[in-house]
Amino acid sequence: MITYALIFAFACYGFGLLATLWRLLTGPTAADRILALDTMVINFIALLILYGVWRGTAIYFEASMLIAMVGFVSTVAFCRFILRGDIIE
Amino acid sequence: MDQDMTLLAELLVSAFLIVGGIFGFVGSFGLLKLKHTMQRLHAPTKATTLGVGGALIGSMLYFLMIESSVSFHELLITLFLFITAPITANFVAKTFMQGDVVERELPDTGRAFGWAVYDDPPSEKTEEG
Repeated sequence: MITYALIFAFACYGFGLLATLWRLLTGPTAADRILALDTMVINFIALLILYGVWRGTAIYFEASMLIAMVGFVSTVAFCRFILRGDIIE
Repeated sequence: MDQDMTLLAELLVSAFLIVGGIFGFVGSFGLLKLKHTMQRLHAPTKATTLGVGGALIGSMLYFLMIESSVSFHELLITLFLFITAPITANFVAKTFMQGDVVERELPDTGRAFGWAVYDDPPSEKTEEG
């Protein structure tokens, strides 16, 4: 039963990755592209966690923690760069 | 008795995974489907964050009840994502406003200082003097 639920969740987040990729390529404004990158990071964290459950190991949690932190920092850095023209003033 | 507990755990984990998957799907579909950037900002920052929370709680329950090993990493990731999602949304909205919204289209702030995106923050000197 968990296998089927995992496959369903994999399909959902895989579609999410495709949707964010589409928005990243076609997004009309820079804000759309930054938002798509941030959502892509979140979807990827979910996929990593699901893969960890699939394989039954806890190794992937550290990886997803690091990806969460780097994703947040990179989003803020992109926004700062567009807002102020500089990341650290 | 033990069989029943395993079945209950599997049901619970599956329910969390499916609900998380649906929320993630809705968030990404909203990012694809909605028309305006400010509308598109809502879907990923709320629905996808909730969906990841569901998947993480499902994973935590799985390792707690079926593999019988406690892991708090998921809780940490969930907390981190829930704290950072509003900050990200605020920054993206500010970025959009700076590039694509003209200041005179916005309503008056009703204070001595204008919108934070366009005006510099009030310094302490001007407040005192």
